[in-house]
Amino acid sequence: MSEYRIHGATGDWEVVIGLEVHAQVTSKAKLFSGAATAFGAEPNTQVSLVDAAMPGMLPVPNRECIRQAVRTGMAIDAAINKWSRFDRKNYFYADLPQGYQISQLYHPLVGEGRIEIALDDKNPDAGTKAIGVERIHVEQDAGKLMHDQHPTRSYVDLNRSGVALMEIVSKPDMRSPAEAGAYVRKLRTILRYVGSCDGNMEEGSMRADVNVSVRKPGDAFGTRTETKNVNSVRFVMQTIEYEAQRQVDVLESGGTIVQETRLFDPDKGVTRSMRSKEDAHDYRYFPDPDLLPLELDDAFLEECRASLPELPDAKRARYEGELGLSPYNAAVLTAEGETARWFEALLDAAGSTVTAKAAANWVISDLFGALNRIGKDIEASPVTPAQGGELLRLIADGTISNTLGKQVFEIMLETGEGAEAIVEARGLKQTSDTGAIEAEIAKVLAANADKVADYRGGKDKLFGFFVGQTMKAMAGKANPGVVNDLLKKALDQ
Amino acid sequence: MGLDADASRTRMAVDTATVKRIAGLARIAITDEEAGRIAPELDNIMGWIEQLGEVDTSAVAPMTAVIPNMLRLRDDVVTDGGVREAVLANAPQAEHGFFAVPKVIE
Repeated sequence: MSEYRIHGATGDWEVVIGLEVHAQVTSKAKLFSGAATAFGAEPNTQVSLVDAAMPGMLPVPNRECIRQAVRTGMAIDAAINKWSRFDRKNYFYADLPQGYQISQLYHPLVGEGRIEIALDDKNPDAGTKAIGVERIHVEQDAGKLMHDQHPTRSYVDLNRSGVALMEIVSKPDMRSPAEAGAYVRKLRTILRYVGSCDGNMEEGSMRADVNVSVRKPGDAFGTRTETKNVNSVRFVMQTIEYEAQRQVDVLESGGTIVQETRLFDPDKGVTRSMRSKEDAHDYRYFPDPDLLPLELDDAFLEECRASLPELPDAKRARYEGELGLSPYNAAVLTAEGETARWFEALLDAAGSTVTAKAAANWVISDLFGALNRIGKDIEASPVTPAQGGELLRLIADGTISNTLGKQVFEIMLETGEGAEAIVEARGLKQTSDTGAIEAEIAKVLAANADKVADYRGGKDKLFGFFVGQTMKAMAGKANPGVVNDLLKKALDQ
Repeated sequence: MGLDADASRTRMAVDTATVKRIAGLARIAITDEEAGRIAPELDNIMGWIEQLGEVDTSAVAPMTAVIPNMLRLRDDVVTDGGVREAVLANAPQAEHGFFAVPKVIE
């Protein structure tokens, strides 16, 4: 990937990007209360008196939320802090009944880690880049405000209030919109593998605060702006493109960048200043007196580590090294945990006669093609890994040809029947019965005596014609290798 | 004030401007007169707190609780919620199951 530059009137500018990703922790109950976290419930029905900040209510942390944040930290090679603490971040807003958010400023649960990103998803040879993660801390989400339901009122739903978030803070290590996009995608993949966040950006399970500054290459960091709550990979990239260009324009026309909070407008693709928040940056953090420090013992950490699945990078390396897949195929099959699980179940079902390469090619071209056509995710695939394995086995042992395999797969998609049953019921079994094939060859040669003469006179290319005619006569069920051999024999005698 | 603090430690005086700013952040309405009265009071208190800094505590771990308790953690089980009436009972205004507040929009 060539270096990303903004071409200004005064020369080229480099963009410096850091991301703070808020990821909703997968848990049944909230971070500090026993209310449910499920998405889409009736307003204010998943709110305890703790979440509504009634006087005298005390927060008690949910062990699972802590565990998931620790597992996430371990998955990015981060230092886990066995001693951490919760702080109050004080500000007033209608979606925050406590008047403060319980967060971790001074002593976060997870320290420095790193995430390896591919510099070009489509080209595995383009290499990777390590993006530093500064920290991960655990904090409460706020409630939800609705402004369009009433002319003069805003409506507040506290169902989300108190749901556990991980704030994953990167270092300012990214230098282009593409790198930032790759970082968010990779982080999402890791979170989904670990199972600590569902990564559903549409439902707000992952949102990013995008820090952008520009500088002349080699200069010190410029002043940054922070664009809040950007909720898709595409919008993160658009935010950076717009914001970097805006900053270059300001600087080149003699202005200065103000460190400020901005909002992204997805309809217009622009960012704009949130002037009202200027005063809100003084959060007057202090340790939450309702909560003792969080101390984790070795047994807890060991369980967290032992429960981690094989992670995307390790899996991709194994697919390349042990299974012999191409870097591209390995990357595609490991990009989503669901895909990798499906593929591995397929390999198990197919058995040793089917090569990993053949299975990978089939998943990526045939299965993905079909799923794409019917608009379904791999989790909702109408064909199961066991059924896929059966089909691949039939192709591998020569029962059906590749071409017939594709037809059988189409029938499987339509009917849900198994490959063997389809082959059996429709008589699609490929034959290596030399007698039957020889009989058809004799008929083909007799019906095309002129072409036989041409072939024998030196027109080698006609061989393909005879293969085609024979296969047609055999209704596609003849083993192509056997047909080739027998035809050669018949024509060359 | 009778404060005998280490001369090398400088403390920002709590003046009326600071009091008004903090009151603003805390959404507490105070008059100029009140701010004028509160500023020296707070300044005094800060002075007393500053006095604690005279004791060298560099080798002492911070005391986080007066009793040697560990933070208790809870299992991930839904045990609460479904009490919308109670949650909304004290709201000055509630409509359609929501709190209704003066419009706040960026």
